[in-house]
Amino acid sequence: MKIIVPVKQVPEVAEVKVNPETGTLIRDGVPSILNPFDELAVEEAIRIKEAHGGDDSEVTVITMGPPQAVDVLYKAMAMGADKAVHMTDRIFAGADTWVTALTLAEQIRKMEFDLIICGKQAIDGDTAQVGPEIAEILRIPQICYVRKVEISEDGKFVTAHRETDEGYEVVKAKLPVLLTATKGLNEPRLPNIMGIMKAKKKPLEVVDAEKLGVSEDRLGLKGSPTTVRKVFPPEQRAGGIKIDGENPKEAARQLVEFLAKKGVI
Amino acid sequence: MGLIYDKDKCTGCMLCIKACNFAAIEKDGDKVKFDFDKCVLCGSCEEVCPADAILIERQTVDKEAIAQYNDVWVVTEIHDGRLRSVSYELVTKARDLADKLGEKVVALLLGHEVESLAESLIHQGADKVLVVDDKILADYTTDAFTIAVTSLITSRKPAIVLYGATSNGRDLAPRVAARLALGLTADCTGLDIDDERQLVQTRPAFGGNIMAEILCPYTRPQMATVRPNVFKPTEPDTSRTGEIEKVDFSISPVQVRTRVLEKVSEVVEGMKSVEEADIIVCSGRGIKDPSNLELPKELAKLLDAAIGGSRPIVDLGWLPPTQQVGQSGRTVSPKLYFALGISGAIQHCAGMSSSEIIVAINKDEEAPIFELADFGIVGDIFAIVPEIIEEIKRVKAER
Repeated sequence: MKIIVPVKQVPEVAEVKVNPETGTLIRDGVPSILNPFDELAVEEAIRIKEAHGGDDSEVTVITMGPPQAVDVLYKAMAMGADKAVHMTDRIFAGADTWVTALTLAEQIRKMEFDLIICGKQAIDGDTAQVGPEIAEILRIPQICYVRKVEISEDGKFVTAHRETDEGYEVVKAKLPVLLTATKGLNEPRLPNIMGIMKAKKKPLEVVDAEKLGVSEDRLGLKGSPTTVRKVFPPEQRAGGIKIDGENPKEAARQLVEFLAKKGVI
Repeated sequence: MGLIYDKDKCTGCMLCIKACNFAAIEKDGDKVKFDFDKCVLCGSCEEVCPADAILIERQTVDKEAIAQYNDVWVVTEIHDGRLRSVSYELVTKARDLADKLGEKVVALLLGHEVESLAESLIHQGADKVLVVDDKILADYTTDAFTIAVTSLITSRKPAIVLYGATSNGRDLAPRVAARLALGLTADCTGLDIDDERQLVQTRPAFGGNIMAEILCPYTRPQMATVRPNVFKPTEPDTSRTGEIEKVDFSISPVQVRTRVLEKVSEVVEGMKSVEEADIIVCSGRGIKDPSNLELPKELAKLLDAAIGGSRPIVDLGWLPPTQQVGQSGRTVSPKLYFALGISGAIQHCAGMSSSEIIVAINKDEEAPIFELADFGIVGDIFAIVPEIIEEIKRVKAER
């Protein structure tokens, strides 16, 4: 079983602050992490490999990102992934979701795979688009937002619990398939010292635009169908009325009066 | 490289440093320098530069090709034999966009034995409903729906296609986008038409810390998934008339590579979906014990509201995952949101900060949730919520 896991390095969004004077993001000192949903994907890939074994089974992690994004590849290899591909080039910069998917898919196309597992979405962009777009470019089926994955004994089919707005549905497909992982799929392991040491010796391939063999016009900002016109801080909610609830009856009366005035109850 | 900086033209005004939202520009003597690891090529600096010293390389727009695409489409979604409320919200918004463009609103109705729903979309503001009725579309599958939507887009050339940002909408839209090599903007909270007749798509990023306006200048249709509950549907006008067109084409079962074996609803009897409810009563760690959830449930019942939970209490299994509000759960924007015993971690706020009115009750006066709340009460939920229930009952009885 050959499993590929596309991952992304993201800022720890919980620690990103906004400069109240300029409205700009303060990213200095904010740690970069392996996207938490991708961590679920890496964990699941390792578990499937462990369960379904075979000497030729392997988990490959792949990322597109600046030089420092290599950290998340080492993290995934420390968890147990076997090898990594780092797609890095200035030409890749400014890619929207479609071009990101294209760039990753063009590389994945050259590799062997039975299963691709992505995180449901990255916590910085929150689009949840790159996974399905990779699946489409590679012309394979997708099962998105999976909480539970089972591979058939013969290793030919996957059955997954796909989260829906009301609950979940059980979906079956023949491999190769792309899955996107959501919360509840597993509890990702923490890399141990042994794993961290081993990761350093695992194969890491670096791919730039030339090696990928896709023309520059189709990559990065130039290839992107969408452009960002403007970024701006969200309207700050002016923290409104705040009262002391020492007298619950009075507090409730004031609140209900407020809500009635607003016409919401 | 996408950004070209002409040092000779630069007058050293440093406006670009202020404009950069990503701290990617630094003073470098009397000029500036760019940190391309931080730069996302958003173009804010290019826009403010008075000396035209910054240029972002972009593709050119083929105006003739783009002019062939007209009308605003909504891909509607059916659940349990009825249209999801987001479909009506999108038709209302599409009406507004189409009026600005002087074009038509076309709603796509995909399913099996669904034609009876078409009229309600016309009443909501659609000029035309395209009905694709096929057994194979009875249940959502990525493949069948992608084939249906891409075939219609390719043959009829809409300018804009909107999808609800639901589990299925966000599964389908990227698949269609990739098949047709189109741009797609996820989970929009704002849509408008600019002077050049382009769709301006506004969406939050970085956990809601920043908003981005996204355009799709070079290709058509422009496509977006739109967050449910952001746009409010207008009152249906039952006197409106429009065209209902049945489109025939067949999708072969072998083209559908996934099989839905079973559908499991985790919606608890009488528990509304948080994404569709106008009012949400959400509880956090402060609720202390699952048996205490009876209190928010009573309030929710009184207000016909949905019950929500923050991540910690869903992780403990006190509420099903479908009711989790926040970054790793559902993103909601109801008219009224009660945060009971929720401190307001950024991951939670990212999922609810676009609610119209936020009410927070928390013992901790310093809880960050109070920064968002329109009405905050510092105190004990177990003492205050029962009083709120009584007061609402009293006020309702008076009406």
